[in-house]
Amino acid sequence: MAETQEILEGAMAVAHAVARCRPEVIAAYPITPQTHISEELSQIVADGDLDAEFVKVESEFGAASVVCGASAAGARTYTATSSQGLLLMNEVLWNIAGMRLPVVLACANRSLSAPLSIWCDHQDAEAIRDCGVIQLYAEDNQEACDQHLIAFKVAEDRRVLLPAMVNLDGFLLTHVFEPTIIPDQALSDQYLPPYKAVLKLDIDDPATFGAFTEPDKCMEGRWMVHDACRRSLPVIEEASAEFEKVFGRASGGLLENYKTDDAETILVAKGSISGTIKDVIDEMRDEGTKVGLMRIKTYRPWPGEAVLAALKGAKQVAVIERGGSFGAGGIMTPEVKETLYDAGLRIPVSGFCVQLGGREVPPDGIREIIDRVSSGEKQTAYEYFRLKQELLPDLVPEV
Amino acid sequence: MLKEIRIHGRGGQGSVTAAEVLAKAAFRDGIISQAFPAFGSERMGAPVQAFVRLSDKPIRTRAVIAEPDYLIVQDPTLFGQVDIFGGIKKGGMAVVNTEKPEDVDVPDGVTLRPVPGTKIAMEVIGRPIPNMVMVGAFAGMTGLVSLESIQEAVKERFGGKVGEMNAEAVAKAYNAAKQEK
Repeated sequence: MAETQEILEGAMAVAHAVARCRPEVIAAYPITPQTHISEELSQIVADGDLDAEFVKVESEFGAASVVCGASAAGARTYTATSSQGLLLMNEVLWNIAGMRLPVVLACANRSLSAPLSIWCDHQDAEAIRDCGVIQLYAEDNQEACDQHLIAFKVAEDRRVLLPAMVNLDGFLLTHVFEPTIIPDQALSDQYLPPYKAVLKLDIDDPATFGAFTEPDKCMEGRWMVHDACRRSLPVIEEASAEFEKVFGRASGGLLENYKTDDAETILVAKGSISGTIKDVIDEMRDEGTKVGLMRIKTYRPWPGEAVLAALKGAKQVAVIERGGSFGAGGIMTPEVKETLYDAGLRIPVSGFCVQLGGREVPPDGIREIIDRVSSGEKQTAYEYFRLKQELLPDLVPEV
Repeated sequence: MLKEIRIHGRGGQGSVTAAEVLAKAAFRDGIISQAFPAFGSERMGAPVQAFVRLSDKPIRTRAVIAEPDYLIVQDPTLFGQVDIFGGIKKGGMAVVNTEKPEDVDVPDGVTLRPVPGTKIAMEVIGRPIPNMVMVGAFAGMTGLVSLESIQEAVKERFGGKVGEMNAEAVAKAYNAAKQEK
C-alpha cells in the first residue's frame, strides 16, 4: 500500500474517508457547510464505487430516521449535517442513542439561528451534548477523515454501541484545501471489519427497540446510556492506539497536550482554532511565557481523568469556547471547573466565548487572552470576548 | 519560509479555484500549501477574497491572511471599492490584471506587476475569465511555483480542451509577468 498526501478540500476528503468505511446505508439532506460531504458521497455511490444505499430524504429529521431504522436492521449507517439540520435531528438522536445504535455522523459545525448565520461556531454540537452521542473534534482535515474510522470502530464496539459524531469546523475545515491522506482501502478494511449487529430487527426473530417503559424500569435504561458512554473512554483510547498502529499516524485519542508539561497558563480549546493557538503559543514561549494548550479531541464522553492530569499543575486556565449557555456561562468552562473542583483543586479558570457566527479570532486575540490570564487578572464571569459595544443598544427598554 | 497570498476578485471570476490550483501546483513542487476562501455568501459580481499559504513546514494557523506577502488582483475595478493593499508587507508584490497600470495607486515599498489577464484570457480561451491566467502570472512574477506544475494542476482541474487552453494561457501570462522583471 502507499498512502499519499493530496491537496483536497476538507469535505471531499471526508466523503472519501467515509466511503473507505463501507457504510451500507447513507441518508443526508443538504445544508451549508456540510453539503459537499453528502454530495460527494452521493456521487461515489452513483458511480458504483461504493456498494451502499443512498436514501434521498425530505429533511434532516428524515435522514436521522432513515439511519436509525437501517442501523436497527443491522446496517452500517452514516449521515452528515450542520446547524439547524442537527437540531432537526435532535429528537431522533436521543432515540438512536437510547436504542444503542452505532450510527456515525459528521457535524460541519455552524452557528444556530437567529440571527441567521452560516459560519462556524460550536453551538450546534453543544446543543445535543447530553443525548448520549459520542463527540470527537478534529483540528485539521486529516483528523476529520481519520476520526470517522475511529468513530465507527468505537460506536460498533460491543462494549459501547452508541452513535458517534465527528465534528469538523464549518468552512474552516470543510472548505479548506490542505495536504490530506485518504485512508487506504486495504488498511481501512483491516482496521474496520464489517459490522455485525448484536441485536437487530429481524422478521424471523421479532424484537422491539425503544420500548415503552414504566417508571420502574425507565431510569435504568437511561443510566445504561450514561454508563456505556462513560465506558467508551478506554475503548476510544484502544481504537486510537490501534489506528496509529495500522496507519502510522495519531489522529484519535482523548486529548492533545501541547507544551503543557511545564506550563503555568494552560488554554483549553477544541476544533480548528487549536492550530492558530499553537502558533501563538510557540511565539510566546520564545518570549518566555510558559503557556500550553490542552486540546479536547473527545468531548463526549468527558475525559475527566485525562483533563485533571493535564491541568493539575497549571497556575491558571483559560477556556476558549465557541458557544455558551445563555443566561448561565460557558459550556466547557463549568466542566473544566467541575473536574478541578472535584479533585480539590482551586486553580482559577477563566472562560472566554471568542467566536460566534464565524467571527474571526486573530492571533492577537489569543495573545491578549494569554497575557491577561497570565498576569493574574481575576475573572469571575464568562466573557464574550471583544464584544462590539457600539453595536449594542444603550438602554434596555423598560417593561 | 512562509509566504502568504491574498487573491482579490469578484464572484464568478474563479478566485477560489485560483487559490485551489495554486495550492495544488505548489504541492507538486514539494511545497506545503493551504488554500481557503473568505467564507461568505458569494454572489456574482460581489467582491470576494481567497487565500493561499505556502510553506516548508506544516501549516497550522487558519487565521485569515491580514498581512500578505503577495496579492493577486483579478479585477482592476475593485480598486477604490476594496482596500486591496490593506496590510501588505513592505517589499510585497502585487500582480494585477490591468492594461492601465498608471491608474493603480501603489503604496511605497510595494512592487506592482501589471498583466493584461483578461486580454490574454480572451485571446487564448475566448472567455473573460482571468483566474488561471493570473495564477500563471503570479508564478512568473515570484518564481515560487514552476510553470510546469501550474499547467499540470490546471489540466487536472479542468481536463480536456478547457484544461489545454487554460494551460496555454497560463504560459503566456507566466512569461509576460517574468519578462516584466
